[in-house]
Amino acid sequence: MGRYVIRRLLQLIPVFLGTTFLIYVLVWAVPGDPFAGMCGERPCEPGFIAKMNEKFHLDDNIFSQYFQYLGNLVQGDFGETYNGNSVGELIALRYPVSVQLAALAVVIEAIIGVIAGVLTGLRGKGFLDNLVLVSTLFLISLPVFVTGFALQILLGFELEWVDPVVSSDPTLGELLLPAFVLGSLSLAYVARLTRTSLMENKRSDYVRTAVAKGLKPSRVVGVHLMRNSMIPVITFLGTDLGSLMGGAIVTEGIFGIQGIGKMTYDAILQKENITVTGVVVLLVIVFLIVNLLIDLLYAVLDPRIRYE
Amino acid sequence: MSTVDYSNGDHSNSELLLEVDDLWLEFRTSDGVAKVLNGVSYNVHAGETLAVLGESGSGKSVTAQAIMGIVDMPPGVITGGEIRYHGEDLLKLSDTRRREIRAEGISIIFQDALSSLNPVYTVGFQIGEQLRLRRGMSRKEAQKRAIELLDMVKIPNAKGRVKQYPHEFSGGMRQRAMIAMSLALDPEVLIADEPTTALDVTVQAQIMDLLKEIQVERQMGLILITHDLGVVAEVADKIAVMYAGRIVERAAATELYRMPGHPYTLALMDSMPRLDQRGQTLNTIKGLPPSLLNIPPGCPFAPRCPRAQDICTVELPESKDLGLGRTSACHFAEELVNRV
Repeated sequence: MGRYVIRRLLQLIPVFLGTTFLIYVLVWAVPGDPFAGMCGERPCEPGFIAKMNEKFHLDDNIFSQYFQYLGNLVQGDFGETYNGNSVGELIALRYPVSVQLAALAVVIEAIIGVIAGVLTGLRGKGFLDNLVLVSTLFLISLPVFVTGFALQILLGFELEWVDPVVSSDPTLGELLLPAFVLGSLSLAYVARLTRTSLMENKRSDYVRTAVAKGLKPSRVVGVHLMRNSMIPVITFLGTDLGSLMGGAIVTEGIFGIQGIGKMTYDAILQKENITVTGVVVLLVIVFLIVNLLIDLLYAVLDPRIRYE
Repeated sequence: MSTVDYSNGDHSNSELLLEVDDLWLEFRTSDGVAKVLNGVSYNVHAGETLAVLGESGSGKSVTAQAIMGIVDMPPGVITGGEIRYHGEDLLKLSDTRRREIRAEGISIIFQDALSSLNPVYTVGFQIGEQLRLRRGMSRKEAQKRAIELLDMVKIPNAKGRVKQYPHEFSGGMRQRAMIAMSLALDPEVLIADEPTTALDVTVQAQIMDLLKEIQVERQMGLILITHDLGVVAEVADKIAVMYAGRIVERAAATELYRMPGHPYTLALMDSMPRLDQRGQTLNTIKGLPPSLLNIPPGCPFAPRCPRAQDICTVELPESKDLGLGRTSACHFAEELVNRV
């Protein structure tokens, strides 16, 4: 296992280099001069633009720019915005709420999705099964912004159960509704995946063996059936956590959450390329690490997948 | 080649352990009602080996699953008959009592040990689980007993093997582990449902030797379900031949081999490859067994039977007693067993 982890960590290096390079090139390939619009109504003085270009090394070729950026990055320096703010500090300020939102969304997915999946998977056809199938289909077919606005209008404005917009430093309670919206699509998938997985494994030979061994139904289901059925579900939840950690532009936008998604969106509009690069690079790293953790967890759950 | 004394013998004087009596079972599916078992009866005494022979779909495995109470219900429905263990009808017992008899009274090993063992738990865990839950052993004691059991089924390095997962075992070793697991609670009756079908020939012989040896040692009743006549000849005391959910012939093993009393048994024997007929085309039984959704009137084997007469397609032959514990469900049974 130890050697596998080291090998996986080493594999991260080329992936990291490749993705960051692509991001860097693509972000700067966006047409338009980032400084042209910075001076209000009148065009900027040529001297200003030249000064800024020099400060951010924009006249160097793209490779030397990239390696300079990379050099700073490995020292933990994400660079500065054009206004001279530290991108690293900005991220530190805005990322925690996005992480909270993502984690909460995955918890909601896991709890509601798995419960719905287990109930329907064990019982099979019936009212509950149909209810879950229809409601998950409904969630899957709705785009997140529809679910978001619909719930915001219903619960926030009509019923006034929650504030339609969260405060500047939101509590977990305030994040509950946005997290549900963010996780709603995956929740539906988790429910269906759990259901299918259980139904498949329910008929398997080893479950039959467990019954033939004279074990109680609760033990057959809880120990023999569940462990096997949860393997794909946990993998899915992990991957989902990885991608939700990338911030939720739409959800954060609807509920006014000052998270990393909103920040990225604003940065793209303002051509704050260093901020965009910094955020996206960070998200790549997070995604890679979360995925590594899932792979390791997978091996723990399923001994057939042991990494030598 | 075998090291065990396979004295085919008469055990009818030992204790009667398990008795299946006129068992009827059907599967009610959306395609219709499949009549899977149509009055199956057999029994097994202590120390006795009953071989249940038949091709796929003849109902031999379903009977075993009905004994264990692991037929999926629905769609399965038992429409008649009794399964008596020590004279007590299992079908009338509570779920709890039924569960207690599983593995402790009657145990089963399945054909495919790889899929029948849980892939995510160690072999030791799966053997020890029953000991911990039903014998109140501690983890340590259960582990120790699991090692002893693996030793008993001749798995080398049992101490190391007990911590391994099923996929780390070879096919033969897995079946040995399965046997060890089924014996953990010292059952009186062991059902082996095609225990060697998934294994290669040399391993098959080893597993059969092992089963027979353990059976003789423990004086268990053994129900051996198979379609392999070669396996049966060496180990069985008596044989029940099944066709389309019925037992068509029942006889002591030696008698059955000497003189089959049913055309189906005869056809089965003719279709066995033999060394003295090398180079000749293998005899097969032409046609297919009837669909259980729609069993035609008369004898279900009639369409494939070389001896079929008019009566065979009209009247279902009763199971006739031919003496010496033999029965045959053929209109011409007497002619068959009395031919020279």
